[in-house]
Amino acid sequence: MRSARIMACLRTERSKPARSPGAARSLGRLGVPAAAALLSGCNTVLLNPSGDVAAQQGHLIVVSTLLMLLIIVPVIILTFVFAWRYRQSNTEAPYQPDWDHSIQLELVIWAAPLLIIIALGALTWISTHTLDPYRPIQRLDPDRPFTANVKPLTIDVVALDWKWLFIYPEQDIATVNELAAPVDMPIEFRITAETVMNSFFIPALAGQIYAMPGMETQLHAVINHAGDYQGFSANYSGAGFSGMHFRFRGMSGADFDRWVQAARTGGGSLDRAAYLELEKPSVREPVHTYATVAPGIYDAIVNRCLALDHACLRDMMSMDGGSGHGAAAGPVALAGAPRSAHD
Amino acid sequence: MFTQPDLLKLVFGRLTLESLPYHEPILVVTFIAVALGGLAVLGAITYFRLWGPLWRDWVTSIDHKKIGVMYVVLGLVMLLRGFGDAVMMRIQQAISFGDAAGFLPPHHYDQLFSVHGVIMIFFVAMPFVTGLMNFVVPLQIGARDVAFPFLNNFSFWMTAGGAGLIMVSLFVGEFARTGWLAYPPLSGLAASPDVGVDYYIWALQVAGVGTMLSGVNLIATIVKMRAPGMTMMKMPIFTWTALCTNALIVVAFPVLTAVLAMLSLDRYVGTHFFTNDLGGNAMMYINLIWIWGHPEVYILVLPVFGVFSEVVSTFCGKRLFGYASMVYATVVITILSYLVWLHHFFTMGSGASVNSFFGITTMIISIPTGAKIFNWLFTMYRGRIRFELPMLWTLGFMVTFVIGGMTGVLLAVPPADFVLHNSLFLIAHFHNVIIGGVVFGVMAGITYWFPKAFGFRLDPFWGRCSFWFWLVGFYFAFMPLYVLGLMGVTRRLSHFDDPSLQVWFQIAAFGAALIALGIGSMVIQFVVSFLRRDALRDATGDPWNARTLEWSTSSPPPAYNFAFTPIVHDNDAWHDMKRRGYVRPVDGFIPIHMPKNTAAGFVLAMLSTACGFALVWHMWPLAALSFAALLAGTIFHTFNYARDFHVPADEVSRTEQARTLLLARHA
Repeated sequence: MRSARIMACLRTERSKPARSPGAARSLGRLGVPAAAALLSGCNTVLLNPSGDVAAQQGHLIVVSTLLMLLIIVPVIILTFVFAWRYRQSNTEAPYQPDWDHSIQLELVIWAAPLLIIIALGALTWISTHTLDPYRPIQRLDPDRPFTANVKPLTIDVVALDWKWLFIYPEQDIATVNELAAPVDMPIEFRITAETVMNSFFIPALAGQIYAMPGMETQLHAVINHAGDYQGFSANYSGAGFSGMHFRFRGMSGADFDRWVQAARTGGGSLDRAAYLELEKPSVREPVHTYATVAPGIYDAIVNRCLALDHACLRDMMSMDGGSGHGAAAGPVALAGAPRSAHD
Repeated sequence: MFTQPDLLKLVFGRLTLESLPYHEPILVVTFIAVALGGLAVLGAITYFRLWGPLWRDWVTSIDHKKIGVMYVVLGLVMLLRGFGDAVMMRIQQAISFGDAAGFLPPHHYDQLFSVHGVIMIFFVAMPFVTGLMNFVVPLQIGARDVAFPFLNNFSFWMTAGGAGLIMVSLFVGEFARTGWLAYPPLSGLAASPDVGVDYYIWALQVAGVGTMLSGVNLIATIVKMRAPGMTMMKMPIFTWTALCTNALIVVAFPVLTAVLAMLSLDRYVGTHFFTNDLGGNAMMYINLIWIWGHPEVYILVLPVFGVFSEVVSTFCGKRLFGYASMVYATVVITILSYLVWLHHFFTMGSGASVNSFFGITTMIISIPTGAKIFNWLFTMYRGRIRFELPMLWTLGFMVTFVIGGMTGVLLAVPPADFVLHNSLFLIAHFHNVIIGGVVFGVMAGITYWFPKAFGFRLDPFWGRCSFWFWLVGFYFAFMPLYVLGLMGVTRRLSHFDDPSLQVWFQIAAFGAALIALGIGSMVIQFVVSFLRRDALRDATGDPWNARTLEWSTSSPPPAYNFAFTPIVHDNDAWHDMKRRGYVRPVDGFIPIHMPKNTAAGFVLAMLSTACGFALVWHMWPLAALSFAALLAGTIFHTFNYARDFHVPADEVSRTEQARTLLLARHA
């Protein structure tokens, strides 16, 4: 089986995180057809991830596909059968040139897709709510519910041109292009961007969400297996986009503590000056860390009052809200934002 | 008054010698090839003294048939350009691994994927479907032209003008490096200060006017100009899909125009609709562009659904199964296509209920689409299927499209989309529906109606070569992308670190080579068919034993289409006429009222294009001048009262007499 998979993938073996037993079991339960089994032997990380959220998403891909194949396969077969049977040279086959209507048949051809879509729609409604990226993690994997008295790990993510900054507010460290988290510890990402839109995506961990300037998105996820995984921007963001990836490391609690300690001993402080230096466009930035983080820096990035020398978005909005039409806030905001800053 | 640099800057704006990409060898070679090819064409036109006929019979023509043909020719020319870009991307992705950087730096590669998308959607797929509708709809409803013939000519030249601006961006300046929808803030002034995005904006604005007006025109034509007896529920399905498509165009394109206008205000006068500062928000742009963008998908695919309906019915020798449910399905798709736009950005962070609403509305569209597939299937059932070229394309479509439809519904499940969004799986999906649906449909349409347009059939051997290369090439080119998507590979990358991915990209590149052979076969097919035109001649006007009105007139039809307006009793009007022993009238002709050719459309469109070019480069005097000339020209044209003439009865009589003799010779 293993060698067949390797042949099917046309690839040589390389280091790869252990397969998720949960995902493998649920795939096995479904009796996935041969094609899907072959694919799962490839490094199809989406069908074979290492985090519970991604595992449920991969599972959903398989279930939805099977559900739709119920109608797609008969259609493809019927196309070939009808094309062959009713070819012009086959004068044996019945020919009814004026037969163009049948209530029963039309009921069937509308009802069959309808039934599939009702099933898929129900699945969609439920899974979209349970896998909402804003929803805190409820379970570590199918067998282990998450007890609410443990506090999740918070990580603030900033997409820069063209690198990723990760701020650990509780650990008071920051890293560039490397992300680490303890296994089986729910993670709460708060995500923003500095200049243009990106998308924060670690396929082995969980689905992606956009990183947008002046706004914050959220993602909740948990990694179930130790290992090194690929993370990257999944939304084109300019010249350095192809190199905008990072390493995501799932590690044991003790290893994570050591990793945090190592970060604390090296590197300087992530303050305003350091951020403005880091924020300048660069390509394939090497991994580096900051031993301390200036308080409130992530908040200032989201509210865009760190790089540009003007009032914070939050303050502008509250001024706009207070004055009804923003008349009072207008001059303040304009005075603080010289056009040259973004021309 | 002015120093010389000031004067140069005033006249030429941002355009300097440095704007010409003479330091990029790929572009220099391309330019030389294009220039030599262009000179050869111009030389040939001059040598064969074709300038006069070209101007009188084509450029200034308001005949819907000629305009339809010109749209399709524009689509074919732009297909070659867009496909060339695709091949370069496929090669780059197949070789750019590890230490190898490939042959395209990001600066060039990023323009390529942007321009490939823009060209293929706006200047290949759109001209193709608009061309087919323009050519076929008036013939199919028994009309002599569209409702507003001058507007039709103007619409075409605006589309061609937009295409021209895109082509100019290849050699003068550069194109956008933003992707085909130019999301801000990346397309804003801060991230993209150069001319690329401005080319994008003005090319689409100029072409968008053309598309919008052509939509108005065809709606008016279908609503007001149907032959007597053709009630709405007796219209051919292609006309129905054309009606729904143009309704979509008229409602959707103003949104595109508005959102691009706001983007240009951000870029030209410093407003902040979509910037990061001063209250601007890029999410508005993304919503607005997809409120246009999703209906656009159906604008492309509905007409080809109509083509397949005509082709299946004709080549199965059978009435279309479930005509009424086909019509309802088309209308339902038209309405639902406005309720799904958010599925293009589930990952923007909307709540679960919003995401599931848009996911489920998207899935609901697959119900009428599925019903259509079954209707075609049951039209084949108990038919007598002739595997002529159009039918081959249709069968290729039926098998391929359902796979693309399935992956599309999969992408509509929001949690699945969170991992598949922006991946190569998505790329595989939309090429699966656009190639397997729109391209195959257009090819079916071209091979089906070509004899009507030119009086001879297309060579079947080279047509079959083209079909099989396209079909097999498609599977080789895009199935690997599905796999790569499941491996977590995202789109728009010009370089990869993981060597295990390379083999999949090499298979995809091989697929692109097969598609190149398919396109090559198509070109050969046109040449061979032209050379063998006497052997392939269609004297009857009805080479396929078809069922709708366009086949009742000669091939090619006379300028006035029908000597007498036909009277319709059945939705397969021509089939019904043949069955009831219709006798073609041979005398009693009366003068026919027809519109007159005019150069106004061409002139106004070229002025618009010049204005667009001037705005791209900030050449303010030229912009002001061309805009003023545009306004003046438009007003001047309204005083042109010599817009129509009558074809004299004896000329009609002579034309019809010639056809009578031709039919008698081939009886």
